[in-house]
Amino acid sequence: MNKGINNIRNRFPILDQQVNNRPLVYLDNAATTQKPDTVIRAVSRYYETTNSNVHRGVHTLSQNATQAFENSRKAIQHYINAAHGHEIIFTRGTTESINLVAFSFGERYVNAGDEILITGMEHHSNIVPWQMLAERKSAILKVLPVTPAGELRMDKLDSLITNKTRILAVTHVSNALGTINPVREIIQKAHARDVPVLIDGAQAMPHLKVDVQDLDADFYCFSAHKMYGPTGIGALYGKEKYLEEMPPWQGGGEMIQEVSFQKTTYNQLPYKFEAGTPHMGGVAGLEAAISFLASQEEPLFQQTERELLQYATRRLEAIPGLVIYGRAQNKSPVISFLIKDIHPFDAGTILNQLGIAVRTGHHCTQPLMKTLGIPGTLRASFAIYNTKEEIDQLAAGIEQAKKMLL
Amino acid sequence: MSIREKQEAITEEFAMFDDWMDKYNYLIELGKELEPLDPRYKTKKYLISGCQSQVWLIARLEDGKMVLQGDSDAVITKGIVGLFIRVYSGETPHDVYADDASFLDHIGIREHLSPTRSNGLVSMLKQIKLYALAFKTRQQKKE
Ligand SMILES: Cc1ncc(COP(=O)(O)O)c(C=O)c1O
Repeated sequence: MNKGINNIRNRFPILDQQVNNRPLVYLDNAATTQKPDTVIRAVSRYYETTNSNVHRGVHTLSQNATQAFENSRKAIQHYINAAHGHEIIFTRGTTESINLVAFSFGERYVNAGDEILITGMEHHSNIVPWQMLAERKSAILKVLPVTPAGELRMDKLDSLITNKTRILAVTHVSNALGTINPVREIIQKAHARDVPVLIDGAQAMPHLKVDVQDLDADFYCFSAHKMYGPTGIGALYGKEKYLEEMPPWQGGGEMIQEVSFQKTTYNQLPYKFEAGTPHMGGVAGLEAAISFLASQEEPLFQQTERELLQYATRRLEAIPGLVIYGRAQNKSPVISFLIKDIHPFDAGTILNQLGIAVRTGHHCTQPLMKTLGIPGTLRASFAIYNTKEEIDQLAAGIEQAKKMLL
Repeated sequence: MSIREKQEAITEEFAMFDDWMDKYNYLIELGKELEPLDPRYKTKKYLISGCQSQVWLIARLEDGKMVLQGDSDAVITKGIVGLFIRVYSGETPHDVYADDASFLDHIGIREHLSPTRSNGLVSMLKQIKLYALAFKTRQQKKE
């Protein structure tokens, strides 16, 4: 085992346990990653030492809490290279970030007959909010198709962007297939036609170093829990020029400047979009997750994950009857597969008995599964702490499942 | 054999296996042996919601007894469908409706099923009870 990885593994206490009397092999990282010691400690330390409501008190604890909160915002700003701190809005995660934009951008910029462009490989959370917007505004939802290998039909992009297109929403990395989309090129093409772009970064943040200014993304959404941070917290990055123009979407405390029964004026960015008491413990954990990622040696991190993907692909491909879905050139460490004549739930059940956690089902991408002509897959998704030994166990588990089920 | 006796027999069969693999192999075997459902019944109408694999269950009343048939696209689930059919087919709607399916806890598969699978189990049982209730009500009206 690679010594560096062994050290990293030790920092994830949850990995050291038995499931069904076997050592846990956790390969469901695209659903949520496990948390390193520093993240767990940051959350508990927040409640042990700092907890108080933010932006509300003159007292020292409240000032400390506010400081910690704003430090986390700055850490995110620097990590993704946003131009301003106030372009980072704390949300519950990717889903809430997308809903915020679909509602608020939609209110401001989308009218009857306008078009919203998404793609055929989106997670339900980057489909349904746009459908709701389309319904609310009598707008039209258009879909950029996907190839059988699981890549976007880039050749169709230009013709799908029209002078009615108000926004393009696309995932950076597919959660179901692992495809890394050419979002930079997509953004360039959309901008050439004055169309802003929202990137669903849920699956990109744990694997890629994201620079929102380099990408020139207009909105970038992510969830802490998929990038080694706590659940229930995430962020929306949005360009100032759009966020300033967009109306608030939830009303309450924190987001106001002055309230009277005649008229309420709204607070400035980012508070305009942060109604109510925020998830401060989560925000502390998210900062620690960012530090964890930032402290990894970038080339080594990417190389380790690439090796896991290559090794797993090789091992699984060698199993007769196993078919891998998602053969994109550029992939994150995710393998979706089916085994001939075996229902994914049966295989998943047997793997679970062996202590191996994989995901089975449609992965919240029913339209994509329909395009591929399958009801769902088994999905093994890897994180920085996974090992080749675990992939060997997965391969052996699949052989065992085949023996039992066929 | 009464519902209770059938459940006891199943519990005994499962008690013979001391490791999970044998239990699952037995369920898989039951699933493979279960007579497939006529495809014309594999429709939305008979599909049970709440299961992650597809499960179809149909029931009819013959001489006052329920006759159950079912199928699933996943073989382990099909084995469980087979257990339900074995326990409840041939019994009166009254008895089926009154039963609490305690064998599920005794054979130790519930704890081995994922929560989604476990929900599926609950959904199947609920559907069988709904059939039983409908038949029971119809019988009472006739009386
Ligand atoms: C690509 C993608 N988008 C969006 C989401 C939704 O993320 P969350 O549930 O954290 O809001 C997920 C999570 O499964 C995802 O993989």
